[in-house]
Amino acid sequence: MATSAPPIDAVHAGHGHELSFIRKYIFSTDHKIIGVQFLLLSLVGLFLGGMMAMAIRWQLGFPEGSMPLGGIFPETMVSGGVMLPEFYNSLVTMHGTFMVFFAVMPLLVGVFGNYLIPLKIGAEDMAFPRINMWSFWVAVIGTVIMMAGFWVEGGHSQAGWTQYAPLSADPQWTGVATGQQLWLLSIAVLGLSSILGATNYITTVVNLRAPGMTWFRLPLSIWSLFITAILVVLAIPILSGAAIMLFFDQTIGTSFFNATAGGQPILWQHLFWYFGHPEVYILILPAMGMVSEVIANGSRKPIFGYHSMVYAIIAIAFLGWIVWGHHMFQSGMNPTLGMTFMISTMFIAVPSAIKVFNWMGTMWRGNLTLHVPMLNAIAFVAMFVIGGLSGVYMASTPVDIYIHDTYFIVAHIHYVLFGGSLFALFAAITFWYPKMFGRMMSEAWGRVHFALTFVFFNLTFWPMHYLGLQGHMRRIYDPSQYEFLQHLSGTNRFVTISAFLLMVSQVIFAANFILSWFYGKKASENPWNDNGLEWSTPSPPPHGNWPDVPTVYRGPYEFSSPEVEEDFLPQHQKLPGDLEPEAAGRGS
Amino acid sequence: MAHANAAYMDPPAHREIGAGVYNEKLGMWVFLGSEVLFFTALIGSYIILRFGTPEAFAEPGGILNIPVTAVNTFLLICSSVTMVKAFAAVHDGDQKGLKLYLVATVLIGATFVSVQVFEYVQLIHEGFVPSGYVAGSHFAELAAAGELPANVNIYGSSFYTMTGFHGFHVTMGVICMVYVTIKAFQGKYTATDHRGVEVIGLYWHFVDLVWIILFTIVYLV
Repeated sequence: MATSAPPIDAVHAGHGHELSFIRKYIFSTDHKIIGVQFLLLSLVGLFLGGMMAMAIRWQLGFPEGSMPLGGIFPETMVSGGVMLPEFYNSLVTMHGTFMVFFAVMPLLVGVFGNYLIPLKIGAEDMAFPRINMWSFWVAVIGTVIMMAGFWVEGGHSQAGWTQYAPLSADPQWTGVATGQQLWLLSIAVLGLSSILGATNYITTVVNLRAPGMTWFRLPLSIWSLFITAILVVLAIPILSGAAIMLFFDQTIGTSFFNATAGGQPILWQHLFWYFGHPEVYILILPAMGMVSEVIANGSRKPIFGYHSMVYAIIAIAFLGWIVWGHHMFQSGMNPTLGMTFMISTMFIAVPSAIKVFNWMGTMWRGNLTLHVPMLNAIAFVAMFVIGGLSGVYMASTPVDIYIHDTYFIVAHIHYVLFGGSLFALFAAITFWYPKMFGRMMSEAWGRVHFALTFVFFNLTFWPMHYLGLQGHMRRIYDPSQYEFLQHLSGTNRFVTISAFLLMVSQVIFAANFILSWFYGKKASENPWNDNGLEWSTPSPPPHGNWPDVPTVYRGPYEFSSPEVEEDFLPQHQKLPGDLEPEAAGRGS
Repeated sequence: MAHANAAYMDPPAHREIGAGVYNEKLGMWVFLGSEVLFFTALIGSYIILRFGTPEAFAEPGGILNIPVTAVNTFLLICSSVTMVKAFAAVHDGDQKGLKLYLVATVLIGATFVSVQVFEYVQLIHEGFVPSGYVAGSHFAELAAAGELPANVNIYGSSFYTMTGFHGFHVTMGVICMVYVTIKAFQGKYTATDHRGVEVIGLYWHFVDLVWIILFTIVYLV
């Protein structure tokens, strides 16, 4: 084992022939390096998206105030210390875009799909390592194109992350031409990256499982990533097709979404949400899977209802395809159709509730170990319940007509996407950090970060429900312009200050992440006493993961088994009574 | 550690039973599943727009040249046949037949793209572009005389986008097919291992199938 810092050097210890630095760390085909590359790229995306949120909150909390650090922006964005409305619209658009496409999605799918799938199913690498490398570098190209939009004339897209036509279809409405085109181009490029990655995941999970790793011995994180990959493969091309049509509307004079020439703006909404609703589950299913791992580990108990967890994932993914219309209740819809969408949406509460009760059943009378990943995982369950319940509430068409396009929606999405996905990501990053980097993150600072994030998250987003019910519209530049919103300025300031404190709390996470990389305690092979195959190889694992592919004898959640003295029983550990996979009639 | 490049070409024998097909083929199936949804977005939009504004679409043959495209369609179907013949040849260990039929497939595919480019040039020359008619063109005059729809923006938009993306796919297929052909001339495919030929064949048949749908709904109805 190499001991030089950063410890990621050790990844290739023991590898037969030496690769050049560029092949090792830049154009690497090793799924673990690609996972870490995605991690660093998307954490930058997360930071940028967060800073944009801070600027948005400043404007909403202190509409007349001189923006801190406003001087660093050119006159076309911030004039005399006050943010311009056009720049505000760009920020709202790009905050959503970055958080969805350049932070949470790559963090869940790009990072953990790449890192965990081969390690957890017992494969040396992905089925197509070179395509995997391309999927990362295509994502980098997409990111560069998206970032370029801030520097072009007219600024970045102002049409919102949903890019509703005709606002997005014709530069005359927002005054943005190039930025808008770059947005669409970037999304089409990023879509290619996602499809390449997901094709790889599906092939790998189907064909490269270690002997004995039957479908119902797969860890739930792999089940969820597998189902998510299917959603990616089927949903992303719809967005790519729609983005290309919109791009042509902008550039070569087609009129798909331009009503003045016979096009249909509502068609954009259908295409977008036909992609967009499966996308919602792309952003939460992997989080659910990884939380399941952490909760079973932290409870020292087998996951409650493993099979029902798997079927719930599949049910959520399937239902996700037939509910897109609930985003469009206000766009004009046949009431019968609206009713259908309303009921199918409410059905999703059933598999979601199965999962929540199973997590609680797992923790019930467990020997709870409240390590940092476990704390974040429990926060995920709690926050997801709030976000999920407000989701059912909004699915009801009459309610939605009232709260549509208000801060209630903003509160809901942040309870599921921040309270849900991001807490799950904090759990996942802290849980697998020792495997990725060979060092432990600080447990004490992890707790401080968790406590502050949990408190300030709720102080930031809970009041938004109230703002929304009072009629506060989302995406408005200056709430002080509306008389009926005057009495909410105090709440808005409170939310803004909470949001700043929430952002400041993330400095602890960033410092913990970076400093632990160099100075953290050396991680053992299996620091959490877990059962997954990834814990049966050194931290970080060498190139090729194992000298020989391990054999799997049982499911991944055998905690506190009476058959062994320890309170965990790894999947690859052979007990006297265990049959070899061939003898049990499986494997080849 | 068995992890040279060959390791992922020939997966280790010890595996749990998977899909029963090799990785490249499974990967291509998944990718084609994705492609189906991509074309669904384009074709679905076309159907919705056409039902929404039927008056913006010319009668079959009004603007588009059906005979030329029918011949082109026939050519593309022939290329699927030569593709199958190439696969059958390598499967039977007939290296000569493999090379012959691959070259034939490349040539027919390239011809299809060329004819499509020729068709585009003709249409643009006569005044049919993605944004509708070109002012003062032949088609614009016909429209003014009432022989063609007054406004064909949507028609132009969907025609060029759908057939353009299909043409892009054929072009990509031809490029990949050239690569496979070069490898075939180097003798890289054997009767027992000819995965490249089979995988490019899957893609080629898919692109062919999409064209048959496009030809029917864009040109004939």
